[in-house]
Amino acid sequence: MTSSRFRWTAVIAAFAMILAGCGGDSGTESAAAECELGQTDGPLALYNWAEYIDPEQLDAFGAEYGIDATMTEYDSNEAMLPVVSAGNSGYDVVVPSDYMVGIMIDGEFVQPLNFDLIPNASNISDEFASPSYDPDLTYSVPYQWGYTGLAVDTDVVGTDFPRSWDLVFGDAVPAEAAGKITLLNDPRETMGAALKALGYSLNTTDQGELDEAQALIESAKGNLLRFDTDSSDELLTAGESAIAHGYSGDMFTQFLEMDDPSRYVFFVPEEGGTRWIDNMVIPFDAPHPCTAHTFINWMLDGEQGATLSNWNYYATPNAASIDLLDDDLNAFLTDPSVLPGGLDKVEEIADTGDFEINYSDAFENAKG
Amino acid sequence: MSGITEPRGLTKGALAATSWLVYFFFYAPILVLIIYSFSDSRNASVWGGFTTSWYSEFASDGELTGALSNSIRIAIVATLVSVVLGTMSAFALERFRFRGQRVFDALLYLPVIIPDVTMAVMLLLFFAQAATWFGFPKGFGTIALSHIAFCISFVSIVVRARLSGMDDKLEEAAMDLYASRWQAFRHVTLPLIMPGILGGGLLAMTLSLDDVVITQFVTGGGWSTLPVYVFSLIRKGVTPLINAVSVVMLVASMALVALSLLAQRLRGDDAV
Repeated sequence: MTSSRFRWTAVIAAFAMILAGCGGDSGTESAAAECELGQTDGPLALYNWAEYIDPEQLDAFGAEYGIDATMTEYDSNEAMLPVVSAGNSGYDVVVPSDYMVGIMIDGEFVQPLNFDLIPNASNISDEFASPSYDPDLTYSVPYQWGYTGLAVDTDVVGTDFPRSWDLVFGDAVPAEAAGKITLLNDPRETMGAALKALGYSLNTTDQGELDEAQALIESAKGNLLRFDTDSSDELLTAGESAIAHGYSGDMFTQFLEMDDPSRYVFFVPEEGGTRWIDNMVIPFDAPHPCTAHTFINWMLDGEQGATLSNWNYYATPNAASIDLLDDDLNAFLTDPSVLPGGLDKVEEIADTGDFEINYSDAFENAKG
Repeated sequence: MSGITEPRGLTKGALAATSWLVYFFFYAPILVLIIYSFSDSRNASVWGGFTTSWYSEFASDGELTGALSNSIRIAIVATLVSVVLGTMSAFALERFRFRGQRVFDALLYLPVIIPDVTMAVMLLLFFAQAATWFGFPKGFGTIALSHIAFCISFVSIVVRARLSGMDDKLEEAAMDLYASRWQAFRHVTLPLIMPGILGGGLLAMTLSLDDVVITQFVTGGGWSTLPVYVFSLIRKGVTPLINAVSVVMLVASMALVALSLLAQRLRGDDAV
């Protein structure tokens, strides 16, 4: 889940890391070398986003293995990082987003997984088998995922429109949608959209390309309702906007609550867009590594993956879950028109290190 | 009252206008919040007809009510402990002179003046060490201790203000009449500073119930408090459910304040 990034939390995170002496000295050895398949060595403490698992599903895990399973919630990757990196967080499994997994691997805040204990990893779809932030899935396995793209109200715009970023950035903005477009209020997502529209990578570290993207957003401002992240989906279904840049899971959930969901269309423009993936990882000093592995394996079971997706309506990376999904969710996930440009065009947001500030600055300048 | 005169004409109008403007700034958002908590629409900015379903959803949501009960339990413990320790430190600072008093005095104000995030990081690292050395797990204990840590200062400040406004001669008179130090405190000083203690306690309880930043860093083991849980829910969009929860918190805070005013009024009648 790519949430808005608070710069101050990042500063605090860095501060905490320095003070904590950069994590532990756990090295690269998996602490779970001694565990056996399906073994538990104590209660499960899950650190997760709010409403990201059905409490009943968590209880079901606890009941099956005869242990307590508790969940504590965080609201952003940046709020989670300092807690885990300081050590002794007490958590067994954490669910960071893609770029944050990269940061946690670099900082040695996560331990390598012992895949002998996770046979269900074979259920992971091929398209999630080698993400950029953890190419061999050494430290992480995917939990859920989604796209960032455009949602359109066909009652306003009609059905005959290009499935392209031109719909918001170029000259192809339909007259009916002028002044009724929202873009995400997020530097990486919105700069990324403009970069994709221009045919560049959304993880570019080329200042020239970034400048072009900034100019593109500036030129599109005249047609915008506003930059909005938290309620882009609600603004669309409330009729305040007609084209909304937003997250697939949010949009899809919102559509299904309407009387006529088919009125709305979500797609990733043909030039490409963002794919976010949230992942399960085990902190370097997890108190119960055996339980953690057992939980990860249990969640990767086809039936559990489907239970999860049918509850929160985010997409599953689990190939064994697809057939068990609710029909409307399945229809959405397998609809080819959602991804006209194909999978090669989507990218995960990667941490660009010191260049992050250039993204923030360019976005602030573009917003004016 | 010689110094105070009734403002006139333009001045009066301008003052009244400013006051109303200030009230408007304070209360307009709260009013909107309350109105939309009764809106029958998932969208927090669209009116969809009257309903109380968000309140029943709050009451039937196990996660939210669980977080609420966590918040209340932590607030009660934090308030009781910080009231006792805060009153004791206020008494020590106000009534006695001792070596290192000024340092202690200055340090006591530290939690009030440093930013929340700084305090949060300090506590996070402190508890990480505590877990290494003593195996102290994160959860109820760490949250309660953190809240006590910042509440003591606030209680102490409020109680001290009351103590310094009190005439020490009353206590001296009691002791002249053969009251022991303890009896003088129990029967003379304590009743007189009770409004301060109550006020400080209610302030501590409000701060404990409201805290997000510090709690977020020291929580663990499933011990989410209501504000922390609500904050993490907002990320998924604001629905009127959030409004309903906020209204409940607001009403509870106002009830606490009303209670403290009432307590002080009763105490005042006694003293007269």
